[in-house]
Amino acid sequence: MPDDRPAASNYRYISQPRRTKEDKRFITGRGAFVQDVQLAHTKHIALVASPYPRANILSIDTSAALAMDGVLDVITGAELTEHTDRLYHGVDLPNVRWHPLAVDMTRYAGEWVAAVIADSRYIAEDAAELVAVEYEPLDAAIGIERVMEPDAPLVHPDHGSNILLKKKFVWGAVDDDFAAAEHTISYRARWGRSSAVPIETFGVITRWSEKDEVLEVWASIQMPQYQEQIADALRIPLNAVRVHNYIDVGGSYGVKRGIKQTVLSGYAARKLGCPVRLIEDRIDNMSGGDAHGPDRLFDVTLAYNGDGLIRSMKMRVVDDVGAYPGRSIQQLGKPISALCGPYRMSSIEYDVTSVTSNKTSQVAVRGFGQAPTNFALETGVEKIARRLGLDRTEIRRRNFIRHDEFPWKIPSGTAYDSGDYHTVLDKAMRFAGWDALIAQRDAARAEGRLVGLGIATCLEPGGGNNIFEHLLNEKIQITTFVESALLKIDGQGQVTVAISTHTAGQGHQTLAATVAGEELERDPDGIRVVHLDSLEALPTRGPVASRMAIMLGSAVSKAARRLRNRMIHIAAHDLAVADTEVEYADGEFTVRGDPARKRSWLEIVFIAHRQLHRMPPDTEPGLQTIEVHAVPGGGKLPNEKGEVQIYPCFSFQAHIPLVEIDRVTGQVEILDYAVAHDCGTVINPKIVRGMMMGGIGHGIGAALYEKFDYTEDGQLLSGTFLDYLLPSAHEIPDIRDTEHCTPSPLTSHGQKGSGEGGYLGAPAALASAVNDALEPLDISLTELPMRLADIEAALHTHANPVPETAP
Amino acid sequence: MIATIDIEFTVNGKPVRISVPPRMTLVDCLRDMLGLTGSHIGCEHGVCGACSVMLDRVPIRSCLMFAVQADGAAVTTVEGLEGPDGKLSPLQEAFWDCHAMQCGYCTPGMLVAAQGLLDENPTPTSAEIREAISSNLCRCTGYQQIVEAIQLAAQRMNEGVDHA
Ligand code: FES
Ligand code: FES
Repeated sequence: MPDDRPAASNYRYISQPRRTKEDKRFITGRGAFVQDVQLAHTKHIALVASPYPRANILSIDTSAALAMDGVLDVITGAELTEHTDRLYHGVDLPNVRWHPLAVDMTRYAGEWVAAVIADSRYIAEDAAELVAVEYEPLDAAIGIERVMEPDAPLVHPDHGSNILLKKKFVWGAVDDDFAAAEHTISYRARWGRSSAVPIETFGVITRWSEKDEVLEVWASIQMPQYQEQIADALRIPLNAVRVHNYIDVGGSYGVKRGIKQTVLSGYAARKLGCPVRLIEDRIDNMSGGDAHGPDRLFDVTLAYNGDGLIRSMKMRVVDDVGAYPGRSIQQLGKPISALCGPYRMSSIEYDVTSVTSNKTSQVAVRGFGQAPTNFALETGVEKIARRLGLDRTEIRRRNFIRHDEFPWKIPSGTAYDSGDYHTVLDKAMRFAGWDALIAQRDAARAEGRLVGLGIATCLEPGGGNNIFEHLLNEKIQITTFVESALLKIDGQGQVTVAISTHTAGQGHQTLAATVAGEELERDPDGIRVVHLDSLEALPTRGPVASRMAIMLGSAVSKAARRLRNRMIHIAAHDLAVADTEVEYADGEFTVRGDPARKRSWLEIVFIAHRQLHRMPPDTEPGLQTIEVHAVPGGGKLPNEKGEVQIYPCFSFQAHIPLVEIDRVTGQVEILDYAVAHDCGTVINPKIVRGMMMGGIGHGIGAALYEKFDYTEDGQLLSGTFLDYLLPSAHEIPDIRDTEHCTPSPLTSHGQKGSGEGGYLGAPAALASAVNDALEPLDISLTELPMRLADIEAALHTHANPVPETAP
Repeated sequence: MIATIDIEFTVNGKPVRISVPPRMTLVDCLRDMLGLTGSHIGCEHGVCGACSVMLDRVPIRSCLMFAVQADGAAVTTVEGLEGPDGKLSPLQEAFWDCHAMQCGYCTPGMLVAAQGLLDENPTPTSAEIREAISSNLCRCTGYQQIVEAIQLAAQRMNEGVDHA
């Protein structure tokens, strides 16, 4: 094998295993999280939540709460609705009204009905218990198929149906391909309601500044249109909202949307004239906050030939978005960017239905819908392999797009930038020790143990323009998601990069400093990276969609190259030679072939800032520049066939877990886990590896442990960490990783996205491993999570629990 | 007003005398009254470990304890892990070297749990490390780099290597 990371050696800072810029503040307890913000005279919110999933609110008596010492106010939905506008949904739903507090009716158990504001959180919680709400409980709409039945209770009666969106897309000659194919296979797959669940809940502090007439916001946020949506709902202009982006966010992975919380807090802060703090406790968060992820039912039919080649796919998806969809409906849209995964299909039918129910609302989760889709797709690939008696890796190899075929356009019109799936799969298998693992599995099986080897691959679309939104809502005519960088070299020659977003652990300061340092040949440790607040900020859509290496990395690179060229221009003028005669290296500007004639970094800095008389006439004083970067390859709305380039860059991973299932309890133990990833050029290997490992951990949770369970009448059963099981270091094993580098032609250094891949691949891989383990018993499970009890139930209903060999 | 109770204890080696409401948790006291915001709150029901601090050298959940119960005790928080000269501890250095975190929210509690382990067992196996830190949840890292960092710290401490 040739060296797979040739690029690394060409760089000074990029791809080098350097320490990050962010970590020091965290290991010393000096992070600046929202809960750490202390403002004088701050008041605290405690929330009154509905115990009923669906009920009419008959009355709310706040008098006893208001009578308590230290209580300032109790706000109800009726008051808030009078003074603020309804919140935004990702598709047009004029009769699905969403407000921070319930109005007239509650739509899920845990929905916030009133907010108490008091001197301390302790007092606020006491007073919240004194708010007397009279409810008329109603039957709830629960169950992804039940809610679609004509007699199901209506979550939003004015909407007239629990179906919020229904659309069918056909790309390519699906009927012809199905008619021509030798076989078809149909199956159902189910992705359970799990989520991202950061260890820090959402929190926000707002203060209305009378002096500036600006709403100041400190929040634990990850939301592209945050300030816009707050401004709209509070009926103030966008330039009257200042979001402090320096706040460290204690994890998000998509979920920290914070709109309703911020509107509530902002309204209260303005009304009361003091800072108001809303920090969700864990129960507020898991039952009433931005908590739940996709909850999907897939019915898939694949058309394929006897050699295992998949020609076409019909995928029908129903997604239960809970009570208020917000932007979550669009999570059915993003997977369109990679519906066929790494496989060469020639046509696809995609039929999506979004339903509302009396469950806590769905929000964006890592991958924005892609993890369930990949699980559904990989489930089918495995089924075909079994039917044909074909090796599970061989069927993938036969269907993979080949390295020399990129850019490859999939039926829905998106071109994948680059990839080398065969090599990465081979590498993963060699690295994992595939043959030895098979031997280990077979030896264990011979002893009657249930051991299974899993395999799954996944594509990670990165870069995030949101053109898919138009496919689900034609009124949305967005064709790019920009990201900006401001770079300056100050009068002392120090470099500062200003970025326009918040960060939630993805290492954007390290990213920006590494790229700027690489281009300017300055040590990244000395480069400062600041987060501009939203009033100072340049155009941004923020860290979603595995996009910051791609977007911020490319923006910083362009800005830094521009400043470097400007410095060369100043040096050339001062040395009286053409720009092309000057070389820059290691902080010195030297005339080519004449090393004695040179200018130092500091001399050029001094000229630029102070010596107009030595400046080229056409050059702006100082050393600063702004780069606003548009997503590569975007910029067009879908054509009349619904074909469109959605994301620009596509990373790839192959996961190989070995599991053992306890025959009695159904407990799954992961014996080994190997993964190979290819996200192009890696900016910081420690960060990329960490995100992949974390993604796999998250995926292990979704596959084996995590679910927001409901009773049939709509009560949430897993609203605390005691019953919603996040995997600990016990459940997540040592993971062995290797990498490959297929650079993207679309980015500054060949980098692609890397924040989601682990989570996109792991659930499918574990499902594959569990099913491989259960194959001798002829049991096949296609529902996630596959929890201990689910597997135990399958084992016990199985007719023949005695070990047998595979058919 | 609810009456307050006077307590005395040490925090990171410094004596503290303070008057606290009887129902105030230790983590709220540390964060809100003493300004030590390194200890975090993730669940307030004793599962996540983000609030871990040492009480008389043993890691405990400061969300499950009232401040008044710390009367007379010695509390160490993440802010007390550095040397008096601000020098990072070997464990902190190793966490930085291995990038044993992403968002950093679980990190203070994780450091406390890991320090508690290394104080008891200076040569833990990877299984013992996983056992010890399974008390603390991290959603970002999948624990891999945390385990590696604790191994590295143990190794350096045993070799007597100074990596500052
Ligand atoms: S906050 Fe104390 S254990 Fe979670
Ligand atoms: S680093 Fe984010 S939760 Fe552990």
